[in-house]
Order: sequence, then structure tokens, then C-alpha cells
Amino acid sequence: MDNLFAEQIISNYEHPHNKGKIANPTVTQHEFNPTCGDELTLYLKIKDGKISDVKFEGDGCAISMASASMLTDLVKGKSLAEIEKMGVKDIIDLIGLDPGPARLKCATLSLRTLKEAVFISEHKKPDLATKQL
Amino acid sequence: MTMINPGKIKKDFPIFRVKVHGKPLTYLDSAATSQKPMQVIDAISNYYRTYNANIHRGIYEISEKATEAYVESKRKVAKLINAKGIEEIVYVRNTTEAINLVALSWAEQNLKKGDVVLITEMEHHSNIVPWQLLARRKGISFKYVRINSAKDGLDMEDFKEKLEEYRPKLVSVVHASNVLGTINDVKSIARSSHKYGAKVLVDGAQSVPHMRVDVSEIGCDFLAFSGHKMLGPAGIGVLYARSDILNETEPMFGGGDMIKDVSLNSSVWNDLPWKFEAGTSNIEGGIGLGAAVDYLSKLGMQSIRKHEEELTRYALNSLSEIKGVKVYGPGIKNVNDRVGVISFSLQGVHSHDIASIFDREGIAIRAGHHCAIPLVRGVLGEPSLSRMSFYIYNSESDIDRAASAILKAKEIFKMV
Repeated sequence: MDNLFAEQIISNYEHPHNKGKIANPTVTQHEFNPTCGDELTLYLKIKDGKISDVKFEGDGCAISMASASMLTDLVKGKSLAEIEKMGVKDIIDLIGLDPGPARLKCATLSLRTLKEAVFISEHKKPDLATKQL
Repeated sequence: MTMINPGKIKKDFPIFRVKVHGKPLTYLDSAATSQKPMQVIDAISNYYRTYNANIHRGIYEISEKATEAYVESKRKVAKLINAKGIEEIVYVRNTTEAINLVALSWAEQNLKKGDVVLITEMEHHSNIVPWQLLARRKGISFKYVRINSAKDGLDMEDFKEKLEEYRPKLVSVVHASNVLGTINDVKSIARSSHKYGAKVLVDGAQSVPHMRVDVSEIGCDFLAFSGHKMLGPAGIGVLYARSDILNETEPMFGGGDMIKDVSLNSSVWNDLPWKFEAGTSNIEGGIGLGAAVDYLSKLGMQSIRKHEEELTRYALNSLSEIKGVKVYGPGIKNVNDRVGVISFSLQGVHSHDIASIFDREGIAIRAGHHCAIPLVRGVLGEPSLSRMSFYIYNSESDIDRAASAILKAKEIFKMV
């Protein structure tokens, strides 16, 4: 088997980081993946144009939940401008594999939700690249 | 009754020479679409190579030959389901289009505001959404017969109560569930529905490819099914409808081939079934479907059914031995009540992860909501399920491979 279910994915799935709610978040964003039923709610705290805290709740496959766990670790402290520029490649680098066309939407669910939350916090509409994630 | 020999049958299917992730393909997703034998592939390719022409038009040899092959395929389909003749066999794209055709023509013309269409909680989206659309257009309403969760079958008491209470104009019901595998007693449903004056539509997508389905015995008014799930090509499906109903129904599409005569202000419709097939048809699809019906008929629908019952029994047994696996649908004592479709979940592992692990083992299964969200998420309360489904080319060794893949999934997810 290739690394689709590498140790990193399984451990982040079984022991997710940043799982839970934030009291009084700046933004809350819910997204789901209609084909497989993966669901994700992201709570963001933004301070001085940066992500000061982020947590998530969700239910879904190992790929979607593990990438949410790793992504929330990665983006703490990042500026909103940096988040806006993130794309598929960042997720592939983060989880260490390209899950292939059938599973890519699972991997990018958390990034799509995060970018939407950031755009909403700035009173902007999510751009096309975000919607296509 | 002849015995099905999957080893021999597999040789007719070139796809089984293909390797997936370096492993031989184990195909357990025939409920989504079936594989195609050489006989079907050759019939289509032979049409393109030796008599490609439009039908019902050309006064020349290859067009006449194409017309005959297309019409002949309808005779084969009519015989397979015991329809009176080809006038009752309308070709469409698939089951979904067949149901939509009923909604957009017969139901559109005969139902009025306040009328009820009775469907069930077991339906595929293809037998839900067309009625939602009709409700928006015409102000009809639709009601659901409940599932009896203890049996994973329809609650027949609820069905009878709803017949009595709502007096539906149409009862539209799935013959065999693509999620639970449950075979519904459509004969008794048709009999009861007719007593209340309702017409009956049967969704045969998962039954016609796998068992003998006889429209005159069932007594349904409409039967919808797809060619691609029964060894035929995609893009060809069948709406069977009683000829008296089709005669009284206005066509939905107008154009070439569906008319006898056209004047500036009006037209005379063509005979059945052509009245419902405007424009150039899916000729190669019809010819391919004809070859598929030949292949199935040669094996015998009863033999196919028996083979799949045995595989289902074997699979239910194998799965029951794996801790953490939950199987849906009628149990092993009621294999007679189900087709070879087994949905399952593995505790702690999402269905898409299971499907990915199966894929790496060369095994194709379906994962997700199976286009039946009200059933999977509503009734069963699962976000998604894994599903294996069988056909004539599957054997016990395919199920053994699937069972090993489940053990592998448990190992990866540390469930052992």
C-alpha cells in the first residue's frame, strides 16, 4: 500500500489536534462534502489580521479529518493574506501525499472552509479558487 | 436450470485482464454499473464497422439492417420482461430518464393539484426528485411509505393505511433496493394499488438485471430499468408502459421519427413506441442492449438469481465473522428476500477510507450515500455506507478478497 494511510494520517485521525469549539469566535464556518457526507465546522479567532486561534468539529473520513487536524496546526499565527493565497499544493505538501482525484475533495475540505471563513471575516466573497477547492 | 460458472464467464469480459494497482481486478460494484462481455462490445463495434446508418430512414441495405437490429433488440427486451410487444418498450437513456418520462408525460397530463404520488423511504433519488419537481409544477403532493426497520423491508401496514388515507393516483416503488438489497413484493403492491385506482410504476434498475421480472405477472403499469447495469452500454434504458396508457398519453418530445405526418399547424403522431422516441435514437445502444439480453437469456435469469443468492449467503456468512462489521438489509435466513447488494459499515472507519483500502487491493466497491440520502442518512442514520454488489462474473474468491481487505482496514486503523 502506498502512503494514503501513512502513520501521520492515522494518528491525526485518531488523535486530532485542535478539536473542539472556541468561545466567542470571530468567525464560524460550516462546510460539507455532499458526495461522502464529510462535515466540518471551523471556529476562528482573528487578532491584528492574524489567526490567533482555530478549532474544528467534524465528522468524516480519515483524509478529511487528518488534514483538518494538520491544517489547524499549520495556520495558527498566519496572516489572513497568507491564508488567502493557500491552495491545493499547500494541502498536498502538508499531508505529504496527493490523494488522487477521487479523494482530493476530502483533503481540501478544511482549507476550503478556512479560506471561506477568512474571506467572510474580511467581508469579502470567497474567490473562484476557493470555491473550486 | 444451468449452473453459473463465473470462471468461464469471466473469460468473456476483457476488463478482467486489466490489473488495478498491479493486482487482478475484483469488481464488486455491479449495482452501479455492470462490466461488458465481448459479445456486447462486438455487437456495438460491428454496427459501427459494417452497417452504421440511421434507422427508419434510409432506403438502402445498411440502413434497413440497422433498423432491423434496433427493432430486434426491442423484441428481445419485450420477451425478457414478458411485455406484449415492442409497442410497450420505449428506449430512454436510463432508469432515471424512464421515471422522469412518466412524470413529465403521463403524470403531467393526468394528475392535478392535490393529487398524491405514493413512494417509499427506500427509493433512489431517481424515484424521489422527479415527484418533487412535479409537485412544484402541478401542486401535487407525495407521501412516503415507511420502512419497517426490524425487517429492513417496507412497512406493508403503513402502505395499506396510506393507500386508504391518500388514495394516490400513482404508486411508484423500487423493486430491489440499491442500498438494502431488499426485494419488495411489487406484485402485491400492484394488486392493492389497483384496487384504489392507482397506477403502479416499478423501478427495476436493480431487479431486471438479476432475476426474472415479468410485467404481466407483477401487473405493473410502468417498469423502468437501465441497460448499463445488465451488461449493456450506458445511455440506453427502458421504459415499459402498458400500450393503452401510452396510446392515451401525449408525447413529451417532438421532432423527427415520432410523427407520421406534419403540417404547418399540427402533426399526426407515429405508432408506438416511436411516438416517444423523437430524433435519432441511441442506435448502437439499442443494438448493444439486444446483445446483452441475448447473453443473459442464454444463461437464464433463474440461474443468475440462484448464483447471486448463493454468493449473498456466502458473503453474509463471511461478514458476520468479522468483528466491527455491521451489515444492512435482510439477514442470512432471508436471502430469498434480497438481491446481491450488501451495504456494510466498519466501526471506526469511514466508508471512503474502506473503499480506498479496497482499491489498493484491486477491489472496486461503492462508498457513500448511494443516491439514497433519505434512506441512508434518514432511516439508517449513517453518513455513508460501503457496498459490495455481485453479478454473474463474481465468485466466492472475490468475497474472500473483500473479507481480507476489511481485515486490512482494521489493521491500518488499529482496530484489531
